[in-house]
Amino acid sequence: MGLKSKASLGTFMMGHIHTRLKFGFMALFAAMLAVAIPHTAFAQETVGSEVPATAAPDEVPAGETEAPEAVGAYTPLEPVEGKGMPTAATDDIWKSMTFQDQYTEDGIYALNMHDYILMPVITAISIFVLGLLLWVVVRYNRRANPEPSRTTHNTLIEVIWTIVPALILVVIAVPSITLLARQYETPPEEAITIKATGYQWYWGYTYPDHGEVEIISNMLSDADAIANGEPAKLAVDNRMVVPAGVPLRIQTTAADVIHAFAVPSLWFKMDAVPGRLNEKLLTIKEPGLYYGQCSELCGARHGYMPIAVEALPMEEFEAWVLEQGGSLPGAEPAAEEAVEDTAEPAPAA
Amino acid sequence: MATTAEGFDTHTEDHAHDHADHKPGFFKRWFMSTNHKDIGTLYLIFAIIAGIVGGAMSGVMRLELAEPGIQYLAGAVEFFGGNPSENANLHMWNVFITAHGLIMVFFMVMPAMIGGFGNWFVPLMIGAPDMAFPRMNNVSFWLTVAGFISLCFSLFVPGTGPDALGAGVGWTVYAPLSTTGNPGPAVDFAIFSLHLAGAGSILGATNFITTIFNMRAPGMTLHKMPLFVWSVLVTAFLLLLALPVLAAAITMLLTDRNFQTTFFDPAGGGDPVLYQHLFWFFGHPEVYIMILPGFGMISQIVATFSRKPVFGYLGMAYAMVAIGVVGFIVWAHHMYTVGLDVNTKMYFTAATMVIAVPTGVKIFSWIATMWGGSMEFKSPMVWAMGFIFLFTVGGVTGVVLANGGIDDNLHDTYYVVAHFHYVLSMGAVFSLFAGFYYWFPKMSGRMHSEFLSHLHFWGFFIGVNVIFFPQHFLGMNGMPRRIPDYPEAFAYWNEISSYGYMIMALSMIVFFVNLAYAFTIGKKAAANPWGEGATTLEWTLSSPPPFHQFETLPVIEDHHDYHDHRPASA
Repeated sequence: MGLKSKASLGTFMMGHIHTRLKFGFMALFAAMLAVAIPHTAFAQETVGSEVPATAAPDEVPAGETEAPEAVGAYTPLEPVEGKGMPTAATDDIWKSMTFQDQYTEDGIYALNMHDYILMPVITAISIFVLGLLLWVVVRYNRRANPEPSRTTHNTLIEVIWTIVPALILVVIAVPSITLLARQYETPPEEAITIKATGYQWYWGYTYPDHGEVEIISNMLSDADAIANGEPAKLAVDNRMVVPAGVPLRIQTTAADVIHAFAVPSLWFKMDAVPGRLNEKLLTIKEPGLYYGQCSELCGARHGYMPIAVEALPMEEFEAWVLEQGGSLPGAEPAAEEAVEDTAEPAPAA
Repeated sequence: MATTAEGFDTHTEDHAHDHADHKPGFFKRWFMSTNHKDIGTLYLIFAIIAGIVGGAMSGVMRLELAEPGIQYLAGAVEFFGGNPSENANLHMWNVFITAHGLIMVFFMVMPAMIGGFGNWFVPLMIGAPDMAFPRMNNVSFWLTVAGFISLCFSLFVPGTGPDALGAGVGWTVYAPLSTTGNPGPAVDFAIFSLHLAGAGSILGATNFITTIFNMRAPGMTLHKMPLFVWSVLVTAFLLLLALPVLAAAITMLLTDRNFQTTFFDPAGGGDPVLYQHLFWFFGHPEVYIMILPGFGMISQIVATFSRKPVFGYLGMAYAMVAIGVVGFIVWAHHMYTVGLDVNTKMYFTAATMVIAVPTGVKIFSWIATMWGGSMEFKSPMVWAMGFIFLFTVGGVTGVVLANGGIDDNLHDTYYVVAHFHYVLSMGAVFSLFAGFYYWFPKMSGRMHSEFLSHLHFWGFFIGVNVIFFPQHFLGMNGMPRRIPDYPEAFAYWNEISSYGYMIMALSMIVFFVNLAYAFTIGKKAAANPWGEGATTLEWTLSSPPPFHQFETLPVIEDHHDYHDHRPASA
C-alpha cells in the first residue's frame, strides 16, 4: 500500500494500528500541549503520495479502444485489499477494530484527531473511573472500613471535577471546530461536479460538467462480485468514476426517500434528501477504489445499495468520460455551458 | 404544610387503620386501580412483558446477523402471516428494528422507570398517601397498554405492500420513508401507538409534577427530597415539554399520509428535514427521560450500601436539572449529516459536549459517596457499580460522537448503535435492575436470592459487553446500522456479538428463576432489609407497605437533613 515504507513520522502517524494504540497514552499528553497549535499539530501527513500501480490491463472492456481523443485509457481498477474497504478480523485483527485508512486530507486530520486526542482521552477517563471504583471496593468495603465517614461536601474537589472536564472538552473542541471548518470549505470554481442521486435502491451519478453523463449503479450479486475479485455486498456494476487529486463538488439528492452517500475511507457522509441538494468538497488524494454503503434507512433493500468510488488519474478519467458518451469541459462550447449551469445548482426534485 | 398535616390527622383519626389494608376485589383492584402501588406493579409487569417481546426481537436480529446472508427473516415473515419473498424478508428486518426500538423505549424503559418505580416510590419517599390524581394515573397506564397493542397490531397489517407486513421505518419514523415509502396501514398503527403512549406519558408527567409540588409531607422541602424524587421531577418536566412536539410531528405525518398535506413533502413545499428537527427536539430529551430516573435510583442505592449520605446533594440535584435543560438544545447532533450549516454544526458540537460536565459531576459524586463509606456489595449495589462504569464508557463514546466532524464518519454506523446501547441497554437497564433488586423486597415483601442476583449480574454484565463492545469496532470499520446483511469483512465481530446475546439471554433466565424463588421460598422481607444506610421514608413502612400508607403524615423535622427522613425514635 505504500504506507509502511514511508519513514519516520509518517509511519508513526498512519502506520500499523499496533503502534497507534501503543502510543495512545503518550499522545494524550502530547495532545494537551498540541491544543495551543492545533493547525500545525496535525501536520497533514500524506498517506503515501506514490501512485500504486493500476491493475494489470488484462481485462480490457469492450469499446475501450474506440474511445475518441483519449489521452489515456480507462481500465477498471482492481480492488486493493485493505484499501478503501473494511478489513476482516481474520486478515488483520487490529485493523478490523478501527477506522479504515484515510485518503483525503480532512479524513487524515479527523482520524488523527480521533487517534491522538479523543481515543487517549476517553480511554484515560474510562480507566480512571474504573480505577476509582476498584479502589473504593478494596479500601472502603465493610470489612476494611467498618465506620463510614459522614463527609458530604468538599467544595475544592467539586470545583475541580467541574473545571477539569470542562478544560478537557476545550482541548477537544479546538481541533473539532477546526475540522468542521475544514470540511465546510467551499469547492473552488473549477471543481468537477458530480451529483449522486439516491433511488430505492440504487445510486445514480450524473456529471453535469461532462455532457450530463449519467451512470446507474446497482449492487453486483455475490457471485459476480467474487468473480470480479471484489468484496460481496460492496461491488457495483457501474462505479462512480472520478479523477484523483483534484477538487470534486459532490452533490447529493434523492428521488424517493432519504438515502445517505457514505464512503468511510474518504471520511465522507452526506444525506441525500428529496427536494434538497447537499454539496460538499471532496478531494481524493490518490487513485484507488473506495467502497461505501447507503447510510440512511431507505426501505427493504437499504443494505443492498453500495457505493463504489473509483478515483483515477485525470487522463484515464477523461477517457472514461468519453467512453460513456460524455464530453470534456472546454472541448466544445456546449460543455462550457454545463460548467456555468452548476455554479448555481437547482434542486433536483 | 403544617396545617395540611393537621387536617389529614383529624380526618384520619377516627378510621386510621381499619381501612389501611382493605383491598378491593381482583378485577376492581387490578383493572380499575387508583392505588399508586398497584398501578406501579402493573407498570412493572407490563414493562417485563414488553421487555421479553422486545428482547426476543433483538434475539432474532442477532441470530440473523451472526453470519452474512439472509437466513431467518423468511421464517419471521411467515410467523407474522406474510408471504416470504426477497423484499418481504428484507422489509421484515426493518420491522424488527422499528418494533425493537419503539418497544424498548416506550413500552419497557419508560413504563418501568417512571410508571413502575416512579409510581411506587415517589409518594412513599415524599410521605404522601397516593398520587395527586389517582384516576388519571390509571388512565395513563391503560393508554400505555393500548399503545402497545396498537404497535403489535401494526406487525400484522401491510407496510410496504400486501405481503410485506409491519412498519419498516425505524423508531425515528423519518419522512418520506414513513409516508410514501411505507404506504400501508402499519405505519398508521405505529403512529397511533406513539400517540397513545405519548398521551399516557403526558398525563403521568402532570400527575408527578402535581404530586411532588403539592403532596410532600410537612417539612419535606424540595432540598430535602430524595434524589430519586428529584430525578422523576426533572423527567416529568422533560416529558411535559418534549412529548407534545412529538405528538405534533407524528400528527403531521398522519395528515401527510392520509389527508394529502405536504408538511414533509418537497413537492408541496414541505421539507423532510423539518420532520427530523421536530422528532429530535423530542428525541433528545427522550434519551434523558430514559436515564434520569436511573440516575436517581443509583444515588439512593449507592448511599444506602455505602452507609453514607449522598456526596454533594445539591450538586447532584442541580446537575440533573442542568442535564434536563441542556438536553433541549442539542437535538441537531442527531442530524449532522443532513446538510446543516457549518455554524449550526459548530454550535451543536459545543452544546453537546457541555452535557459531559454535569454528567461528570454525577459520576464523580457517586464515587465520592462511596469514598470513605462502609460498602456492602448486595445485589442492588453491584448493579449500581456496573452502571457507573458502563455508563461512563457509553458517555465517553458520546463525547466522540458529539464532534460533528468525527460524526461524518461514524454517523449511522454500528458505533452509534454501540454508544446508545451502552447508555441504554447498560445504563438505563442496569439502573432498572439495580432499582428492582433494591425495592423488590419492599414491593413484594419477599427476599430474592443474593446468589442468583449476583449470577444474573455477572452473566448480564459479560453478555452485554460481549454484544456491544465489538460493535464499536464494526462501526469504526464502516458497518452501517440497520442492515440485515453485510460484507464478509464484518462477519467476525458480528459473530462474537451474537454469542454475547446468548450469554445475556441465559442470565435473564437466572433473573426469572430468581423471581420464582422469591415468590415461592424466598424469606419474608423486613421493613428495612438493607440496614442503617436506607434512610428514606419507604423503609419506615412494612414490606410490602399497607394498601394505604401515611394516613397520618410523617413530619420531617428541622434537624433531619436531606438524606435521613427516619423519625427520631426509629
